Amino acid sequence: MKGDRVIEFHLDTRSGVAPYLQLIHQVRQALRLGLLREGDQLPTVKDVVARLAINPNTVLKAYRELEYEGLAAARPGVGTFVTRTLSDASLAAHGPLRQDLQRWLAKARRAGLDDDSIEALFLNTFRAAAAQDIA
Amino acid sequence: MTAVLEARGLGKKYGRRRALSDCTLVIPAGHVAGLVGPNGAGKTTLLHLAVGLLQPTSGTIAVLGGRPAESPALLGRVGFVAQETPVYAALSVADHLRLGAWLNPGWDNDGAERRIEQLSLDPSQRAGKLSGGQRAQLALTLAIAKRPELLILDEPVASLDPLARREFLQHLMEAVAEHGLSVVLSSHLVADLERVCDYLIVLAASRVQVTGEVEELLATHYRLTGARRDPASLPAGQQVVQASHTDRQGTLIVRSEGPIHDPAWTVEQISLEDLVLAYMSQAGEADRVRRSGLGVVR
Amino acid sequence: MIRLSWRQFRTQAAVACAVLAVIAVILAITGPHLVHLYDTTVAPCKTYGDCGLAQSVFVRSDGKLQSFLADFLLVVPALIGIFWGAPLIARELEAGTFRLAWTQSITRKRWLAAKLGVVGLASIAVAALLSLMVTWWSNPFDRVNADRFSPAMFGERGITPVGYAAFAFVLGVTAGVLIRRTLPAMAGTLAAFVGARVAMTIWVRPHLIAPVRTSLSFLSLGSKTGVGIGNTPSGLSMIVPETAIAPNAWIYTNQIIDTAGHAPTNRFLRAACPLAAGGPPPGSQTGGGSAGPHSSPSGAAAFHACIAKVAAQFRVVVTYQPAGRYWAFQACETAIFLALALILAGVCLWWIRHRLS
Repeated sequence: MKGDRVIEFHLDTRSGVAPYLQLIHQVRQALRLGLLREGDQLPTVKDVVARLAINPNTVLKAYRELEYEGLAAARPGVGTFVTRTLSDASLAAHGPLRQDLQRWLAKARRAGLDDDSIEALFLNTFRAAAAQDIA
Repeated sequence: MTAVLEARGLGKKYGRRRALSDCTLVIPAGHVAGLVGPNGAGKTTLLHLAVGLLQPTSGTIAVLGGRPAESPALLGRVGFVAQETPVYAALSVADHLRLGAWLNPGWDNDGAERRIEQLSLDPSQRAGKLSGGQRAQLALTLAIAKRPELLILDEPVASLDPLARREFLQHLMEAVAEHGLSVVLSSHLVADLERVCDYLIVLAASRVQVTGEVEELLATHYRLTGARRDPASLPAGQQVVQASHTDRQGTLIVRSEGPIHDPAWTVEQISLEDLVLAYMSQAGEADRVRRSGLGVVR
Repeated sequence: MIRLSWRQFRTQAAVACAVLAVIAVILAITGPHLVHLYDTTVAPCKTYGDCGLAQSVFVRSDGKLQSFLADFLLVVPALIGIFWGAPLIARELEAGTFRLAWTQSITRKRWLAAKLGVVGLASIAVAALLSLMVTWWSNPFDRVNADRFSPAMFGERGITPVGYAAFAFVLGVTAGVLIRRTLPAMAGTLAAFVGARVAMTIWVRPHLIAPVRTSLSFLSLGSKTGVGIGNTPSGLSMIVPETAIAPNAWIYTNQIIDTAGHAPTNRFLRAACPLAAGGPPPGSQTGGGSAGPHSSPSGAAAFHACIAKVAAQFRVVVTYQPAGRYWAFQACETAIFLALALILAGVCLWWIRHRLS
């Protein structure tokens, strides 16, 4: 079973984000990046708690949430498996978009922005765009 | 769900000193319950009452529906890891496993041996020569291999270094996931418990201050900051846990079942640690007032 | 639990076995030699007429071993109490391991019973074996000394060491349970055990069975070894050694009195026994200023005349425990210490169940 394990969870206790949410984010992230595909088995609850030293209920809750979202399904006695991918079409677009971003980053550096300023600018723009989308 | 531990008006005195007063508490099954409180708050007393090492001086306590240690059968259903994780210094690791097998009808010898191997402990090593972390792991292995329904641990990680602490909790959580046992563990540090506990009991000044599921506690406690005003002016249903203020500003930790809409306050979620500290300092305050006998004159 | 108790005890048990084995070997080598010595010197002494000399020489053989065994058997029960009893539970209380033991699937009653049973039986076995070996080895000496009720011998032969060992062991356990610390419990055990042994010997043992009071004719004793008249600083007095009255008996008092209850006066003795009054008699054996029947032919005649005169007026009144009661006393004292051990075990159980919680 160990060989089949595709992803490994980690936990940031200082982030303030509830641990079960962190697990869900990490699964979604792995799905988006194509690290997890349909049919892959998620780590068993025992594996996760043995690694992270967290309450098993936290993992169960995260997996239930993933099932509810239709991303995973539990096969009793076997484990929890991925039932859907999030990457499909969008994965192909990652390459060109990354190139665009790299070009943009180079431009920002030339304009004299340091790392913090770049991050702040990105986040501001991201949020503003999100707000416009809602409106 | 049934209760793994149920205390009603539980109290314990040593001579004239009260170690625990009027403790009423229900811990439902299926949880990893953290018992937090400052040193000397009565955590060890409560846990020793729960495993039958102590007898209450007042009130009652039931564990898995029975009086603690009332029969060998009930003793077999409750595992205990005492503070400082005592083991027999002269006996070897293998002897300890034998001891467990001799004294517990439900002993899981394969599980215990596998665990000792995973921990890469030498079975012929004398327990007195083990490091603190290894000793704690051995004590935990013994407690888990008797296959209890409820596992009670008294400050199991207090004396361990961070790595040993993490390894101990990993082992513990793995057993919880594998055997579905309920756990009650105490600590004077919230940080030890944050990851593992989904149920919390705050014990301070010999009394239970708050108890409940961690998620629910986090969802119902808020930090309010704003212009200073009388805490008594809060609407019903909002209970002040802790209040501090400067001349102008007031900061309140409040428990409220519903959301807080008052625009005069800046409302924030609080962390588990802040929540526990708020209850502890409140208890300390109340205790000081009680002891000085001044009452609520001010 | 029995297996665990044994596992915790087995090192001490091995040490005890080794010590017993060494002593057994030494006694097995020297014992037959002593029997041979007795058979060749003391047994035929009547034929040669040198019993006094033969006996006094014989009882000094293997002197160092004799005194070692006497001391050892005296202290073994105390050692058991101190090193097996006191730490048995005190160490668990000190190290906190009782919290491990009492939360396994076993009641404290069984836990205590197994511990007391395993180590208690071992204590009894050690004391019994040791006493058996010493009793066997010392038999030739004991026959010569004929003084089985003497405090030193009574407590170091037969079954009494078993009672002492059982009692000392449980006493140590109890001290450990009550004091909760090993070293103070060891000291307490020693003090209490010595106290109990002394109290038993001085105050209790003499009253276990009512003594026999009997009056003996002086003539019947006259021919026995050691009877005579002593020239003490306070004047003359009759000497009646205990062995002359009854070998191996326990004599409480022996008085020489007339029908009115008076002892012979100095004047009467001077008149009846002029030889003794005249100073040390010729050829006196003991040199202590006494007259015996075998001093010399003329002395013997005078002695017998003296005895006859005394016997006409006086009798020897003895309060004593006959030799036949030896085993009754042994059983009685052993039973008392075993009963005390049981009572203390009950105290331990009660304390562990109710006071240590």
